[in-house]
Amino acid sequence: MLKQTEGSQAVAEAIALCRPEVVCAYPITPQTHIVEGVGALVKAGKVENCEFINVESEFAALSVAIGASAAGARAYTATASQGLLFMGEAVYNAAGLGLPIVMTIGNRAIGAPINIWNDHTDSMSMKDSGWIQLFAETNQEAVDLHIQAFRLAEELSCPVMVCMDGFILTHAYERIDVPSQEEVDAFLPPYDPIQVLDPAEPYSIGAMVGPEAFTEVRYLAHEKQLQALRRIPEIGAVFKDVFGRQSGGLIHSYRTEGAETIAVALGSVNGTIKEVIDGMREDGAAVGSVSICSFRPFPSAELRAALAGAKHVVVIEKSLAPGLGGIVASNIRLALRETTVPVYTVIAGLGGRPITMSSLREVLEAAGNGRLPEVQFLDLDHGAVEHEILRAKQTRRAGPTAENILRNLGQSAVVGNE
Amino acid sequence: MFQVRIHGRGGQGVVTAAELLSIAAFLEGKHAQAFPSFGSERMGAPVVSFCRLDDKEIRLREPVTAPNAVIIQDPTLLQSVDVFQGLNCDGFILINSTRTFEELGIADFVAEFPAHHVCDVGASELAMKHVGRPVPNAALLAGFAAISGQLHMASVEDAIRQKFPGAVGEANVAAARAAYEIAAAA
Repeated sequence: MLKQTEGSQAVAEAIALCRPEVVCAYPITPQTHIVEGVGALVKAGKVENCEFINVESEFAALSVAIGASAAGARAYTATASQGLLFMGEAVYNAAGLGLPIVMTIGNRAIGAPINIWNDHTDSMSMKDSGWIQLFAETNQEAVDLHIQAFRLAEELSCPVMVCMDGFILTHAYERIDVPSQEEVDAFLPPYDPIQVLDPAEPYSIGAMVGPEAFTEVRYLAHEKQLQALRRIPEIGAVFKDVFGRQSGGLIHSYRTEGAETIAVALGSVNGTIKEVIDGMREDGAAVGSVSICSFRPFPSAELRAALAGAKHVVVIEKSLAPGLGGIVASNIRLALRETTVPVYTVIAGLGGRPITMSSLREVLEAAGNGRLPEVQFLDLDHGAVEHEILRAKQTRRAGPTAENILRNLGQSAVVGNE
Repeated sequence: MFQVRIHGRGGQGVVTAAELLSIAAFLEGKHAQAFPSFGSERMGAPVVSFCRLDDKEIRLREPVTAPNAVIIQDPTLLQSVDVFQGLNCDGFILINSTRTFEELGIADFVAEFPAHHVCDVGASELAMKHVGRPVPNAALLAGFAAISGQLHMASVEDAIRQKFPGAVGEANVAAARAAYEIAAAA
C-alpha cells in the first residue's frame, strides 16, 4: 500500500512481512527506529512465531542471530557505525559459517572523533567479511531490497547486509509502497535451511579447519559471491514480476548513452547526482551516472559495460581509505584495468557533510575539463586544514586535532547522543 | 518544487510538523519529502526540519538552503537564529505569535514581501483553547495552507486525523480551522 511514512518505519514493516522468527536488537543511532518499529509490530502480535530478543550489545545481537539461524530460524538484526565494529568478529563468523542472516546497516561514520552522522565507513569496514552488501538508493529500494535479501541469503546460505544511508533515508518521511503480506508470501518461500542444528540428526557447525582445507573453504565463499552475481539480477526480475517495479539488481545506469563523464556512487546520493546530470544534460554536457546497488559481490563485468564509452569516471564516495584514497574507486579501477579511462576519487559527505548539487556539478565539470585531481575532498576547508598543520608544527604538544579544528572554527564540541 | 523550512525548539514537534505537512501533500497525490536537520537534538535547543513538495518524484537529498516558505514555531528564535536565510522576497513567512511584526522587530524586513505572503498566527494560543496544550503544529499547518495555497484545508484536516486519531485529532482540527480563518483573512 502506498503511504507517506518514515524510511525506518517502512523497513520495519517490510521486515515483519518477511516473517522473521528471531529478531535481535540493540539500539544505535540512526538505526534505532527500525528495530523499535519491528519490536512494536512483534509486541502487537503482527508477526507470528517471532521472538524479539533485547540483547546487551551488538556483539550479542549478531551472536544470537547466528545461533538462531543455525537452529533453523529466519534471523534478522540491524546496526550502524561502532555497533558494526563491535560485532565484527561475529560478522566474519556469520559469513564463514554460511548463515543466511539479514542485517540492516543505517550507514553512519565511525569515530574518533565521535560523529553520529551519515557516511559509508561502517559498511566499508566489513566489505570483505564475506557478506553480500546491497546499497539502497531510495527508501522504496530499501524496503524492496530487504525482501529480496531474505530470498537471496537463504537460496545461497550467505548473510546479506542491506545498507541504507543513516538519517538521509532512515529519517526521511516520504511516499513508500509497503507491499501486502500476500505479495511478500508469493515472493519469499518459508526458510528451508541448508544446514540446521537438529538433535535428531546431530552434527557440528564451525569446526576447526587446518591448512589442508581452509583455502578450499575460502574459495567456496568466493564462489558463492560469484553465484550471487548471477542470482541478484534474476531475483530482481522475479521481484518485478510479483511487485511490478524494478528494484535491486547489480547496478543502475542513468543517461549513460553517449556520456563522456560518468559519475559512480553508492546509495542515496545517486538521487542528487541524477538531478545534477539532468541539469548538465540540459546545458549540453555529455554526462551520466551509475549507481552501484551490489557492492559485494562487485559487478565488475556490468561496470565495464556501463562505463565502456566514458572518457572520465568520477567516483563519488562516502568513505576514505587513509593513505590510499577511495575504496570504491579502487574497485572500479580494477574492473577497468584493461582500459586507459581515468578514474577520479571524490571523497564526499564524510560525517554527514551535505553533498550539494552545485559542488557535484563543479567536480563533474572539472573532470570533463581534465582539471580534477586523482583524489579530491569535496568542499574541503583548505584554510582550516592549513591552519591546523601550521599550528601543530609550532609545538610538540599541539594537543588533539579535532578539538583544535573546532576551536579554530569558533565552535565548541557537541556531546553526541548515541 | 516547493521547499519549506520549519524552525522551532527541541520538544515542540518540529519534526512532526514537517511530517504532517508531507502527509497532507501526499493525500493530494503530491510527492513530499520531510526530513529533520540531522543531529543530536536536545530539549529547548533550536531545531530545524524541512519539507519538499513536488508533482513528481523527489530525488534531491541535499538540505534545503533556499526555501520558498519558512514556518517559525517559536518567535524567540528571531533573535538567535537566522531563520530567514535563503528566503527570496517572493517567499512565504508564517510565525507562531499573537504579536505584530512591529512588536517582533521585523516590520521593515517583512515589508519587502507581498503582504499576503506574510502572516502571524497565535497557533499556541489556539491550541491551548482547543486542545488544552500549547501544541502549535496543526494550526500552523492550516496557516501555511491558507497563505501559500500549496495545500487544501481538507487534506490538512485529513492529515491531522491520520497522525492523531480520535478526540485529540478532532481538537487539533478545530484549532487548525480557527487558524485557517485568521490566516486567510490576514
